[in-house]
Amino acid sequence: MTAPLLEVNDLKMHFPLGGALFGERRYVYAVDGLSFRVERGETLSLVGESGCGKSTVGRAILRLLKPTGGQVVLAGKRIDDMGSAKLRPYRRRVQVVFQDPFSSLNPRIRVRDALAEPINNFGLAKDNAELTRKLNMLMDKVGLPREALGRWPHEFSGGQRQRVGIARALAAEPDLIVCDEAVSALDVSVKAQIVNLLGDLQKELGLALLFISHDLAIVEHMTHRVAVMYLGKIAEIGTKRQIFARPRHPYTEALLSAVPTPDPLAKRERIMLKGDVPSPISPPSGCRFHTRCPYAFDRCKSEEPRLREVEKGHEAACHLNDRDAQDNPLLSGARA
Amino acid sequence: MPLLEVDRLQTHFRTPDGVNRAVDGVSFHIDKGETLAVVGESGCGKSVTAMSIMRLIAEPPGRSAGEIRFEGKDLLKLSEKEMRKIRGDDISMIFQEPMTSLNPVLKVGRQIGESLRLHQGLGRAAAEDKAVEMLRLVGIPEPKRRAGEYPHQLSGGMRQRVMIAMALACSPKLLIADEPTTALDVTIQAQILDLMRDLKQRVGAAILIITHDLGVVAEVADRVVVMYAGRKVEEAPVNDLFADPKHPYTRGLLGAVPKLGSSLDGEAERLAEIPGIVPSLKKKIEGCVFASRCPDAEDVCRQFAPALEEKAPAHLAACHFSNRDAAEAAA
Ligand SMILES: Nc1ncnc2c1ncn2[C@@H]1O[C@H](COP(=O)(O)OP(=O)(O)OP(=O)(O)O)[C@@H](O)[C@H]1O
Ligand SMILES: Nc1ncnc2c1ncn2[C@@H]1O[C@H](COP(=O)(O)OP(=O)(O)OP(=O)(O)O)[C@@H](O)[C@H]1O
Ligand SMILES: [Mg+2]
Ligand SMILES: [Mg+2]
Repeated sequence: MTAPLLEVNDLKMHFPLGGALFGERRYVYAVDGLSFRVERGETLSLVGESGCGKSTVGRAILRLLKPTGGQVVLAGKRIDDMGSAKLRPYRRRVQVVFQDPFSSLNPRIRVRDALAEPINNFGLAKDNAELTRKLNMLMDKVGLPREALGRWPHEFSGGQRQRVGIARALAAEPDLIVCDEAVSALDVSVKAQIVNLLGDLQKELGLALLFISHDLAIVEHMTHRVAVMYLGKIAEIGTKRQIFARPRHPYTEALLSAVPTPDPLAKRERIMLKGDVPSPISPPSGCRFHTRCPYAFDRCKSEEPRLREVEKGHEAACHLNDRDAQDNPLLSGARA
Repeated sequence: MPLLEVDRLQTHFRTPDGVNRAVDGVSFHIDKGETLAVVGESGCGKSVTAMSIMRLIAEPPGRSAGEIRFEGKDLLKLSEKEMRKIRGDDISMIFQEPMTSLNPVLKVGRQIGESLRLHQGLGRAAAEDKAVEMLRLVGIPEPKRRAGEYPHQLSGGMRQRVMIAMALACSPKLLIADEPTTALDVTIQAQILDLMRDLKQRVGAAILIITHDLGVVAEVADRVVVMYAGRKVEEAPVNDLFADPKHPYTRGLLGAVPKLGSSLDGEAERLAEIPGIVPSLKKKIEGCVFASRCPDAEDVCRQFAPALEEKAPAHLAACHFSNRDAAEAAA
């Protein structure tokens, strides 16, 4: 068996807080022990509450941050503790597309130069002819006219700029692209174009995607597997069918129930989460979700549930899953 | 009398390469206690419409014409001083870009407090207490600590909620919310939408919401205005719009959104796209604004602009062929 493309083991990212109180250092436990793997050609989506640590995971994998703890293994090599010189060849293999197509491109650099930079940087073209060939091919791939290579970023619409952002990520010929809210700011029809484009590129190039998004309908549409995060940890991970049709964590259940449906006549039962969102500086004891969980019982306050397999390929961190099926409220409300 | 009547609003911008007709003759109204959603492609003039109502279009390069009557008064004729009183007291706005509309050198608790002092005459201590309460209401963890932070110390989603807290604090008669929930996850989004509903019930406020999220539209709107290239191309009660869209652009929009639960089995299909791009607003458009992208366009569409007509009760659309139903058009 070959190693997965990306393996993240017990990843931790703790940010020190400024202004220590009584000399005691406090931390934001942004990511606090996270493990998952991504196979070649696969899409894994990260979903969860704002501030739960999704972007931080992305930045740690991109090694824009040095993790506080744990391992990031890319194609069998640990990269979490690599120095910048040794890291170079690995940097090429993981690229990123951010939410904001406006701020992620340098306004003073023409598209041609923005795309040529990674190609030259990583020595991917042996001469000018090959460079030109590659640039043209990139434009074709993302559906932009070749003559647009000579344009400046401000001459594009938001959706076109996002295409340029994707072309730039592709220029490095990566194995994995981290898409951090890459389609969130786009309007419906442009979003559809970009989602289709990512799907086509994945099929054609065998790209893996780590797709971070609040838009659960889009996630369902394009992902293979989903990891649901809550306060720096994985609450549940599984295939899209497992997560969307048979969630085994109350947070996932609440999240799915809150997705608005584009149908004014649809009646649905939303599970309102009570209580305040806890702070990642002093996470709750036991299960981190117990302060807002509609099913919480005594054990949840004291004992942290471990992520364990509830079905092949489906892991969840919830004590309810230790019960018999008829006593597990998560199973009575199954959607499919 | 409706609370707000926008009447043939035109907001144009003078630019080095011609006049940008960002909003070109748009009319609609909002009743007290009503929620009107405005949807449409990026760049079609939604934010400019909202900013025109708030009288926040810089002049030059911008210029608004037409009438915007709020409780019968034409806002375009008010002095800046009168307008300042209306903003905040009567109309408040949640901006699309939270970072540019928050003061970067003022702690967020202070910012919310200031507007409460100004518009509700609260004392400093009372205003700051209310500010913390508002932050708690919009779901910000540790509201007390966060109130003492500057905007750049907050995550994107939190900044957006600070804006929302500020806009809701003064219980306005009209709340304009421009993409209020894009940076938020669905549970927080649901909480924010509830807050807006609560404002409606508590003080009978009207809401103008601009959003790309058709799920949000279905959830909160009473009526919907669809804009395309600076014009209103369709308007209808929310149920009618989703059940029987009369404009091909609206049909394209609805067709491009995946529904939760629709792609669980097998390979997901490609999402439907609307081919082509929005025409430049700097050139005069002959014929229908959507003709260049419309799957059903015929010669007449390229020659004559269709009038906005009532196709069904309270259901307006600007399309020569809108009496065709969707099934027929797809065939
Ligand atoms: N450089 C930093 N210094 C201190 N705290 C940080 C830093 N970066 C992130 N955090 C904190 O880490 C937590 C996780 O942030 P992160 O940006 O990963 O969240 P997210 O899940 O991407 O949220 P969103 O959905 O709003 O984008 C937050 O509490 C945030 O305030
Ligand atoms: N200050 C300005 N000067 C010149 N043109 C402007 C100005 N502000 C807006 N515009 C133009 O007006 C048009 C409408 O912009 P607007 O911001 O209203 O779009 P929108 O519908 O809100 O789009 P989005 O969904 O992307 O927010 C655009 O073509 C924009 O470039
Ligand atoms: Mg993020
Ligand atoms: Mg806008």
